[in-house]
Amino acid sequence: MEGLSFDPSSAGCGKGAVATMEGREFYGQKTQHTPSAPAIDILWITAGLGCDGDSISMTAATQPSIEDLLRGAIPGLPRVTLHHPVLSFSVGEEFLKPFHVASRGELKPFLLVVEGSIPNERNKQEGYWAGLGTDAVTGQPIKTCEWIDRLVPHAWGVVACGTCATYGGIHAMQGNPTGCMGLADYLGWQWTSAAGLPLVCVPGCPVQPDNFMEVILYLLNQAAGRAPMIPLDDQLRPRWLFSSTVHEGCDRGGYYEQADFAGRLDAGSSKCIVKLGCWGPVVQCNVGKRGWMNGIGGCPNIGGVCIGCTMPGFPDKFMPFLDEPPGAQLSTTAVVMYGKTVRALRNFTRASLNREPEWRANNSPAPSRSEIR
Amino acid sequence: MRPLVRFAIHGFKKDVAIAIIKSTPRKPQLVEMSWDPITRIVGSLGIYTKIDFANRRVAECYSTSSIFRGYSVFMKGKDPRDAHFITSRICGICGDNHATCACYAQNMAFGIRPPPLAEWIINLGEAAEYMFDHCLYQDNLVGVDFCEQMVRQTNPSVLAKAEKTPAPHAGLHGFRTIADIMRAMNPFEGAFYLEALRMSRLTREMFCLMEGRHVHPSTLYPGGVGTVPSVQLFNDYLIRLLTYVEFMKRVVPLHDDLFDFFYEALPGYEKVGERRVLLGCWGSFNNPEVCDYRYETMPDWGRAMFVTPGVVVDGQLVTDDLVDINLGMRILLGSSFYDDWQNRETFVTRDPLGNPIDQRHPWNQTTSPKPQRRDFAGNYTWVMSPRWHDRRTGKILALDTGGGPLARLWVTALAGKVDVGYIQATGASVKIYLPKTVNLPDVEFEWKIPRWSNTLERDRARTYFQAYAAAAALYFVEKALAEVHAGRLKTSTEYKVPNEAIGCGFHEAVRGMLSHHVVIRDGKIANYHPYPPTCWNASPRDADGVPGPYEDAVQNTPLFEESDQADFKGIDIMRTVRSFDPCLPCGVHMYLGPGRELQVRHAPMFGVQRTAET
Repeated sequence: MEGLSFDPSSAGCGKGAVATMEGREFYGQKTQHTPSAPAIDILWITAGLGCDGDSISMTAATQPSIEDLLRGAIPGLPRVTLHHPVLSFSVGEEFLKPFHVASRGELKPFLLVVEGSIPNERNKQEGYWAGLGTDAVTGQPIKTCEWIDRLVPHAWGVVACGTCATYGGIHAMQGNPTGCMGLADYLGWQWTSAAGLPLVCVPGCPVQPDNFMEVILYLLNQAAGRAPMIPLDDQLRPRWLFSSTVHEGCDRGGYYEQADFAGRLDAGSSKCIVKLGCWGPVVQCNVGKRGWMNGIGGCPNIGGVCIGCTMPGFPDKFMPFLDEPPGAQLSTTAVVMYGKTVRALRNFTRASLNREPEWRANNSPAPSRSEIR
Repeated sequence: MRPLVRFAIHGFKKDVAIAIIKSTPRKPQLVEMSWDPITRIVGSLGIYTKIDFANRRVAECYSTSSIFRGYSVFMKGKDPRDAHFITSRICGICGDNHATCACYAQNMAFGIRPPPLAEWIINLGEAAEYMFDHCLYQDNLVGVDFCEQMVRQTNPSVLAKAEKTPAPHAGLHGFRTIADIMRAMNPFEGAFYLEALRMSRLTREMFCLMEGRHVHPSTLYPGGVGTVPSVQLFNDYLIRLLTYVEFMKRVVPLHDDLFDFFYEALPGYEKVGERRVLLGCWGSFNNPEVCDYRYETMPDWGRAMFVTPGVVVDGQLVTDDLVDINLGMRILLGSSFYDDWQNRETFVTRDPLGNPIDQRHPWNQTTSPKPQRRDFAGNYTWVMSPRWHDRRTGKILALDTGGGPLARLWVTALAGKVDVGYIQATGASVKIYLPKTVNLPDVEFEWKIPRWSNTLERDRARTYFQAYAAAAALYFVEKALAEVHAGRLKTSTEYKVPNEAIGCGFHEAVRGMLSHHVVIRDGKIANYHPYPPTCWNASPRDADGVPGPYEDAVQNTPLFEESDQADFKGIDIMRTVRSFDPCLPCGVHMYLGPGRELQVRHAPMFGVQRTAET
């Protein structure tokens, strides 16, 4: 069965060094443990209502990168075989074969990644909103919902990747005809896999590359027996990634404190952009602090209003995106008196600190020529 | 300064690739074969073909989409300022193209003109997007169809020949033989595959410097950007760009060597994926010195774009006028799952110049989905059939994008307008100058108009357009820094959302022409219709039975794969479909029509064996 996977031994890693140590225990070996699951397959479905943006995001990650996982760059993990429609060598039924095998419960263990929101296929007479592959008997597309129903009971774990898959996202906007929803709504928030894992939600539109790969890395460590149950909050988000608000890590928080806010005409300044529509003060997301990739980019930290794309209430509760959030009108009014006073005092102090101490001056007479020689 | 190295492309050499396989046609032996889903593209695509094994060609192929999301439906009544945030989510690999195009439409509707620095920042972001997306797609997705692992399975004799064929530009890219190039392209193992993956990240960092986040940008607004312009910003971009420029100096000759080899090794390969030259390009990179976003002046600022808009029919540039382009757009229902809107509301009767607007124009389209069973004798797709009305002939044309780059370079070359130092359009070619970098001297590449609109030329154009985007970015950095040095740091404009307005945006998504049409009433969106490239390329047969571009290009494609029927992988079909750079978050399937004497059989990789019907 094809998939993207590599045997580390064939790549010349590991084996040689161990062989020379035969017969006695090499001290370094004590640090290395065989993973309790030697191998794991990752089955990735992009056929929800989505844009494949989370898959593309995943290819941007470097902490770890996709090639790190597939090439066994991190010690102690199970060998990973990836079945992903955007990267797969194989095509068509050959690509779908592991999905069929897994549906029958014959592929163990596997991690299911779902991308895109889940349409309501019951809200119409006939036809389909989303499908993947074709049913050999009926000649009609196999609906994405059918795939989820078949695969989920056999999965070691299920990860919803991106805000569409977690909570519905942009395609679940009010007025959408497909009645789509997130996986948590589709499966039920209390759902757990046969191995006891709850659904893991990694929101973001798209998902921040390293956030997602870091979660996969965590789960691989968990599958290897090297990490406890992944810690999730009540919205099924990994706690270490989504506990803080954007504002708490924002480069521009200092401007907010000093009540220094940008308007439309100075949108390209470094000031706080909460009056332009930024929801950072209340949105749980680490992008302002982590940046988008390799510390570069982001949202309010570099001049883009936070539109709340990691949140279960996205997008409806944040629209219109370019109006000042109602709560911000209140809080920015409250901070004005303090902020302006502090800013004035700091400017005063700063002006003083920008001057050298007065004794640092060139007070001696210029040297004569003979002295220079 | 004279460039030290010069190339011209070789795809149209007269001595290679004699056009047609001149064997006498034999009695067709038709076999139904399907590949669903097609992988290594964005979105889910399936292909259903009828293959004539006796004559080694594809006999038939239809196109149908499997996913509906309903943007045009749920955008109604929303705030027009939100359009770019929402429409970015249409696409996960070129969402920023949508966001940019939406901002262009907002600017027109709101009657505003962003400061020049904002336009240079957007141009730099979009250039980085082209550099990233083409790099990832060409060398990590398409490239696998040409890699050693694949060719070993599909064409062992071609691989054997590749082992013995020295790469003409080995001195530049470092691979001795063509087979060495192919090995370097093996997925997750080959050195070039891995390097391209890293380059796709470097270019995304460049993108994020300008537009904040990839692929749904955070810093774009109507009337400008929130990006903080500084010396540091443009230096951070430039230093990364120069790494990519050096990479391109190796990549262009590498791909030339590879594609030329296929013409040489497989005479007749130019017929694979060939279709009539019917190319559309809606232009890219606005010139802030000319562009004021007024509809009335659109022909002028369209012609000033740094990728020229236009339509090429049979090698002739029919128009380079964006108003002409706009007026010619027609959305046909085709064989799709929607109700017609011929008798529904007409939102726009005349454009601001007084020209009549057709009921089938995107401004007047009403989208009402009607899900139903897939029926290949009737409706079989979620994709409509966008076409372009050629005023000269009255014909409705099924334009394609050539995967994006082929149309962009073709139109730009013929129009002969772009001349910015790093790029010069000559009327028959596009010259690209890349200056000296750390290890390599300066280089000139020249993309010449090829003889065919086919699979290999679509792929070759992609590589050249990567160099084009890099060269354009070098120019944009200079323009942006000049603004910074002059102290003109404004990046945004004040605006008011009008009660009633219309707007349109024209842009090039990575894989081709992109338009957004908006109608505003009572300060809200009354109608919104984006037309991305894949809608054009993947469109089904229209009311007149004219097939869409994929269908057209795949049908009658000769097959060069050596495997017999039992091991058939359909590599020539895969290469053809992928040459268009399908981006199908709107989902497309291809299906064959009913046929006589049909022996239905799945390729061996299929799990289910169907019964034969003769």
